[in-house]
Amino acid sequence: MVEVKSNGLIGQAVKRTEDLRFITGRGQYTDDMSRRQMVYAAMVRSPLAHARIRSVDTSAARAAPGVIAVYTGADMAADKIGGLPCGWAVKNKDGSAQAEPAHPAMQVERVRHVGDHVAVVIAETQAEARAAAELVNVDYEELPVVVDARAALAPGAPQVHAEAPNNLCFDWELGDASAVAAAFSKAAHIVKLDLRNNRLIPNAMEPRSCIGDFDSSTSENTLITASQNPHVIRLLLAAFVFGIPEHKFRVVAPDVGGGFGSKIYPYPEDVIVLWVARKIGRPVKWTATRSEAFLSDAQGRDHYSHVELALDKDANFLGLKVDTIANLGGYLSTFAPAVPTYLYGTLLAGCYRTPAIYVNVKGVFTHTAPVDAYRGAGRPEATFVVERIVEQAARQLKIDPAELRRRNFIPTDGFPYQTPVALTYDTGNYHATLASGLKLADYAGFAARKAEAAKRGKLRGIGISTYIEACGIAPSAVAGALGARAGLFEAATIRVNPTGSVTVLTGSHSHGQGHETTFAQVVADMLGIPMESVEIVHGDTGKIPFGMGTYGSRSLAVGGAAIVNATRKVIDKGRRIAAHLLEASAEDIEFTGGRYVVKGTDRAKAFGEVAFTAYVPHNFPHETEEPGLEESAFYDPKNFTYPAGCHVCELEIDPDTGVVEIVKFSASDDFGRIVNPMIVEGQVHGGLVQGIGQALLENCVYDESGQLLTGSYLDYCMPRADDVPSFQVMTECTPCTHNALGVKGCGEAGAIGSPPAVINAILDALSGLGVTDVPMPATPHVVWSAIRAAKGRQVA
Amino acid sequence: MHTFVYQRATSLADAVAVLKAKPDARPLAGGMTLLPTMKLGLAAPSDLIDLSAIGDLRGIRRNGDRVVIGAMTRHAEVAASAEVRAAIPALASLADGIGDAQVRNRGTLGGSVANSDPAADYPAAVLGLDANVLTDRRTIAADQFFLGMFATALDAGELIRAVEFRVPKRAGYAKFPNPASRYAMVGVLVADYGGSVRVAVTGAGACAFRVPTLEAALGKQFSAAAIEGIEVSASELNTDLHGSAEYRAHLVGVMARRAVAAALG
Ligand SMILES: Cc1cc2nc3c(=O)[nH]c(=O)nc-3n(C[C@H](O)[C@H](O)[C@H](O)COP(=O)(O)OP(=O)(O)OC[C@H]3O[C@@H](n4cnc5c(N)ncnc54)[C@H](O)[C@@H]3O)c2cc1C
Repeated sequence: MVEVKSNGLIGQAVKRTEDLRFITGRGQYTDDMSRRQMVYAAMVRSPLAHARIRSVDTSAARAAPGVIAVYTGADMAADKIGGLPCGWAVKNKDGSAQAEPAHPAMQVERVRHVGDHVAVVIAETQAEARAAAELVNVDYEELPVVVDARAALAPGAPQVHAEAPNNLCFDWELGDASAVAAAFSKAAHIVKLDLRNNRLIPNAMEPRSCIGDFDSSTSENTLITASQNPHVIRLLLAAFVFGIPEHKFRVVAPDVGGGFGSKIYPYPEDVIVLWVARKIGRPVKWTATRSEAFLSDAQGRDHYSHVELALDKDANFLGLKVDTIANLGGYLSTFAPAVPTYLYGTLLAGCYRTPAIYVNVKGVFTHTAPVDAYRGAGRPEATFVVERIVEQAARQLKIDPAELRRRNFIPTDGFPYQTPVALTYDTGNYHATLASGLKLADYAGFAARKAEAAKRGKLRGIGISTYIEACGIAPSAVAGALGARAGLFEAATIRVNPTGSVTVLTGSHSHGQGHETTFAQVVADMLGIPMESVEIVHGDTGKIPFGMGTYGSRSLAVGGAAIVNATRKVIDKGRRIAAHLLEASAEDIEFTGGRYVVKGTDRAKAFGEVAFTAYVPHNFPHETEEPGLEESAFYDPKNFTYPAGCHVCELEIDPDTGVVEIVKFSASDDFGRIVNPMIVEGQVHGGLVQGIGQALLENCVYDESGQLLTGSYLDYCMPRADDVPSFQVMTECTPCTHNALGVKGCGEAGAIGSPPAVINAILDALSGLGVTDVPMPATPHVVWSAIRAAKGRQVA
Repeated sequence: MHTFVYQRATSLADAVAVLKAKPDARPLAGGMTLLPTMKLGLAAPSDLIDLSAIGDLRGIRRNGDRVVIGAMTRHAEVAASAEVRAAIPALASLADGIGDAQVRNRGTLGGSVANSDPAADYPAAVLGLDANVLTDRRTIAADQFFLGMFATALDAGELIRAVEFRVPKRAGYAKFPNPASRYAMVGVLVADYGGSVRVAVTGAGACAFRVPTLEAALGKQFSAAAIEGIEVSASELNTDLHGSAEYRAHLVGVMARRAVAAALG
């Protein structure tokens, strides 16, 4: 693998070129788009978490003003529209397959969560559709409900799916149980924790929206949808839901206002608008209200874990044992089975050389919205387990938490490192990020700051998290062996236009990440042309050859690598054309600064001249080359990438109210090489805010009857600017060893590393009071209650 | 949202007449509560009677020992008012802490008081500052005004004209915001009228209420120390996702002490 060297643009904090249209309101999101004769859909959703549908009376809705049609689950079943497929098959401990109940886009017989789809109303205007949706009269027979994953496993619990006895989707394991048992038997110390990873609602700024359209004269189907990966949507809907061929099916994901994972998947609404458009012969648009987003976007996290760490007398980690129950919601979302298994269990080694690890995960159905990947997807849950138990061990053994980490890190000369949980880390330097993170945080000066805060009546604490994650998803063969039903490569085309400008077609999808800037930097740098001469095109199956989309911090590490390979093919073909023009042999020509130069001479052809020759091939090597200058590449990564780093949170607690104020947050991250440091910093900031949000503020709560109690911003607490401090961030660099850019990915690290840093800092602040655990989110009430309970214990 | 008739009243009498004629009509102030409720389908009035063109409902003036604020006065106007800042700085700072800039520029005193949201800030001021609520037909003393959650002494179709607050010797307001909504989880207004002290709490119960034990202690000695250790009963207080009744009761004490400290400057 030949590394891409920077010619100046790679590594620059270039301002985001896409922002002009976004901040001047000229972005084109799905809801901004119209089609001729377009009509509107409104969903009729279940108000109950579990019920049998006795009957659906649509007569009043049909008679309402503007209404064109009302369809129910039965209508959809009659048209033989398939259910939403699951993209990942996890195996049980005993080798049997996961339970995989059907997920129809609209229900016929039974609803399984509040917000589940029962019927759709189509009307001339959105207001008419929504008003008429309220007139659909569904007769429900209420059934018992279970929302908590542990309760769902209990004997006698209400059953979500007949196909999943005891609500168990899978009972999965990874690691060597007997090696772990042996490690525990010789341990000097065993540290234990029970942890809950709170459930979150993604809350992308743009609510989901989609438009279905069908042209009966050409049999072309079009779906415009706020999605992170249009090609995968097309593949899944074409093959499994509609049975229509892909060449007659175009999926467009235009400007998309954030996804955080929630827009990876095909949703029932995507199916419904296209199905209805085909039925009525008019385009159909649906846009979620914010309330619908709360009820129906795939949610994140929701684990219960029991963790045990065995250490020897010198505090070396000997073994780690984890039991997790993961809530999957009422239906299997596309990647739901992968998140609490292969994106979670495989990360339990953390940055440490723990020799024996075993994890058992039970994936469980409940009467709640489906749960799937949300920023970090499995890795935040793993990091929370590892970094909380390591901190707990440090406290219990009275060792400085930084020192305990240092003692157990994989040594810097220990790479490649094979973990006991399937992954091979290619490179890293955890000592470096820890050292610079601590320095950034002035860890050494903390005691003085704590004493000063105490004088003001505040409890000050500091907490560390040294996370690792696996990005650049994914080597297809590995993913396939682990149950993925799709490949995870990426595709790119570099189309050089006759006058030398370049159109880049990428299968990655930007929904806030700034690809239009970063990718253009890479291509312009490699070709030695100005960035303005490079246009990035994404998000349209009608334009882009193929793609697997954006999630798992894969865009630059996988999509960018495909772009590099295609660009190199362009450069090589250009070299052969230049050789012809310069009457030299291709081997004697080097490409530098946008020019093909005959080595050791001043004879050269500019890239633009060569491009022009390719399209006006009068003097051209026709014997050996085809005209034109356009190359494609499909890139399948050899390994995951492994960003890692050190987050340090420092905070103060008001013991009177339980209010936590983060006074300083420092992050030293190793993302490998960096193409645009400003964009990376922005990604880190956003991730940190989401991680801090999970730790302190955000919580998705259902009551016992399955009603969503946090169904609006009145009760679901999104982080605001004044909830977080100004971040101190920096990077270290060990370049990724297996992609040409040396990049690892930075999109999720902030959300992965920060929650345990925050909770560890709270526990540090409260350690003097005897508080040993605080659940997430650590709201003022939670913290105050923990303080009060500890005081009660001390009195008793 | 359902269809409705919008009309802009030109005088108080005009508005009262329409409200009388149409039982399902509702007055519209800044719409900060009413419109979201309609969007969520929780209210479906036949008519909205916009009060914003009635000049009499707007404005702030000093009248003896009273500050009189028109019902349609926006929160931002109260927050910025030199009159209010001079007479009752605690009231200006309370108004300045409501919602965000957009809400303060639209939301009104009358709308907030008429709504009696258990978590709204103004009710603490109305009760704590011994106010009178002046309506199109009568004067209602604060102690008789707030009846329960979203319930007031207003009759159907009765309109608030203004609220007159009694100027205290000193006063302070301390708010513990709900982390999500930033409405008051507990807000305490303490007003010292020289010898007698009023302590009004919002956010903690079904509607704003006074705390006689704190008032008595502060009446003897107006200092945070005077109420240290006085326990507020949790029995009638709200429990929800964000805090138990016990937590709210505890916060009433903490916020009362902070309000006293604020009053003492
Ligand atoms: C995002 C957000 C955050 C907020 N945060 C806070 C906060 O922190 N603290 C807080 O206290 N409040 C908060 N509010 C509420 C805000 O303060 C408004 O004052 C309140 O919602 C009332 O709105 P309004 O004045 O626009 O009245 P409307 O919404 O127009 O009316 C409210 C109700 O009062 C009735 N009404 C209006 N005027 C009169 C009148 N003169 N006589 C009789 N009845 C009348 C209406 O018919 C309606 O029933 C918030 C609101 C929003 C949207």
